[in-house]
Amino acid sequence: MKIHEYQAKSVLAKYGVPVPKGDVADTPERAVAIAKDLGGSVWVVKAQIHAGGRGKGGGVKLARSFDEVAQHAQAIIGMNLVTHQTGPEGKRVKNVLVEAGQDIRRELYFGIVIDRATSSPVIMASSEGGMDIEEVAAENPDAIIKETVDMAVGLMPFQARKIAYRLGLEGKQINRAVSFMQAAYRAFVDSDASLLEVNPLIVDGTGGLTALDAKMTFDDNALYRHKDIQAMRDLDEEEPSEIEASKHDLNFIKLTGTVGCMVNGAGLAMATMDIIKLAGEEPANFLDVGGGATQERVEAAFRLILSDDAVKAVLINIFGGIVRCDMIARGVIEAARNLDLDVPVVVRLEGTNAEEGLRLLNDSGLGLIPVQGLAAAAKRVAEVVKGA
Amino acid sequence: MSILVNKNSRILVQGITGSQGSFHAEHCINYGTRIVAGVTPGKGGTAVLEGQVPVYDTVSEAVQKTQADVSLIFVPPPFAADAIMEAADGGVSLIVCITEGIPTIDMIHAFNYVKKKGVRLVGPNCPGVITPGEAKIGIMPGHIHIPGRVGVVSRSGTLTYEAVGQLTALGIGQSTCVGIGGDPVIGSNFKDILSLFNDDPDTDGVIMIGEIGGTAEDEAAIWAKAHMKKPIIGFIAGQTAPPGKRMGHAGAIIAGGKGTAAEKMEIMSACGIHVVQSPADMGQKMKSILGN
Repeated sequence: MKIHEYQAKSVLAKYGVPVPKGDVADTPERAVAIAKDLGGSVWVVKAQIHAGGRGKGGGVKLARSFDEVAQHAQAIIGMNLVTHQTGPEGKRVKNVLVEAGQDIRRELYFGIVIDRATSSPVIMASSEGGMDIEEVAAENPDAIIKETVDMAVGLMPFQARKIAYRLGLEGKQINRAVSFMQAAYRAFVDSDASLLEVNPLIVDGTGGLTALDAKMTFDDNALYRHKDIQAMRDLDEEEPSEIEASKHDLNFIKLTGTVGCMVNGAGLAMATMDIIKLAGEEPANFLDVGGGATQERVEAAFRLILSDDAVKAVLINIFGGIVRCDMIARGVIEAARNLDLDVPVVVRLEGTNAEEGLRLLNDSGLGLIPVQGLAAAAKRVAEVVKGA
Repeated sequence: MSILVNKNSRILVQGITGSQGSFHAEHCINYGTRIVAGVTPGKGGTAVLEGQVPVYDTVSEAVQKTQADVSLIFVPPPFAADAIMEAADGGVSLIVCITEGIPTIDMIHAFNYVKKKGVRLVGPNCPGVITPGEAKIGIMPGHIHIPGRVGVVSRSGTLTYEAVGQLTALGIGQSTCVGIGGDPVIGSNFKDILSLFNDDPDTDGVIMIGEIGGTAEDEAAIWAKAHMKKPIIGFIAGQTAPPGKRMGHAGAIIAGGKGTAAEKMEIMSACGIHVVQSPADMGQKMKSILGN
């Protein structure tokens, strides 16, 4: 699960990570009130959406007067912000974060992720802060410092010092960096994060380190033990069809093609998308109905697929193991009757009770198209789309 | 022969009194697997599945009383890491964890613990391990398998069934099929399982089914280039997956432009693995390679 920058900063602040003073506003008036409370002469007004690249899209502005704070807040709240991560349709901004301007002397990068190769958290840091870390990784991989953490002992001070010296920090900055990194690591582990990124991490005129930006992503499997983080979920940032899918325990991701897919199992679902592409068409979605697919879930899945107007045909690919194909067939037939089906549906059933399932489909009189074999199914659905 | 499990394996099931645990334990028994014990804290002294399987409170007691050497885990996610560690401490040599949805941080602790104890873990979030005709330790449909000499290793469940279904339809049997699981942190990786198949005199070739995300397939391919004496057929699911979207499995996500299917397929091909573009060609490719 993703959260907003202001929420990530509140999580970090709880663990003692220094963040700029500020608050979130949904009106220009509120933004000015926050700026007045903060005092000083420079403020930053930052659009709060989940996507990155907000600055380039015009969602982050510097203000040197209360009037400018109001102007920027006015312009940003309600705007449709387009960044390289939002897609061309952009994202509507509901809130801005108003923060006190900082005295920036250096911009660094700091991140924590779970490294699958070592099955451990790994700290990543770079002296090239403010840049897209993926670009740094591609162009100058040596500029990224990596330190693997042994979870049994946590991030040790010597490791943090090693990173700090390599970042070119010196004097008092070293100890400040060590406390910064250890606090961030505790926040990461305690909240079951899967990603923490501070970019940039700034060094100010007094040698202090502050998280100027913050991004956190959490392990969905661990949310059950973090009610406070669950409460930060912003449904407006998510695809409506994916929210609907999660209500039915369906794994659904909307894509841009014309062939709707319903498959059991994530790997087979991806493979089905791949073979549709090889047959010359594009998948409209990823959909895993799961191992415990019931008639009801099959119907919900069908509804989701058909709610996308771009869908010209549906491919159902089920390899029955625990899931019985006859049960899937009944679900498909029931759904097809209830939903006033207006696109062709190609069905491939394999495994447990496949023959019985195929017989049910053939006898239904609904014009469902049963096919044997994965390759044949993809070929058939491609033909159907071209004919449609 | 085979890898990991055979007809002599003695299995205990952690979480056998739950609905998943009892349902699948029964199917394993029907397949001919020797399920010798169940473990559910608080249910010790009882017996399940028509009194056939005694239940113990702890793994160590179950191992002592029944000489179980494999644990199959169906414990719910919040308690699964603890169950894995209990199994590792309790004296089994192989742990197969089916549970889906274990928090990653918990799994890192369990992974480190199991490694320290020198016990092998397969999974979590996997269909399990089957040596056709001998032992089914997991949730896969037994009837699609036939005994033979091709190994299968995969991160996915139903896509493994697809590969097995293709092999069986061509009359090619399987030595052992291993689902290693779709999570970011798993006990055994492709490399570990390929190495076991490499040393198994009764395996002639291996189908390796990967997916987007991470670099486990790349590492296995590089290892295989240097060590593998048997042909590998490879497929990577998710060639059409967009970056930044998690494709069902917690591990299946293209992050930072890394872990794409194209990248993996290129490395695997360069390392001598016979990569197929289409998931429908896995069995046929194996047939043509073994035929030569």
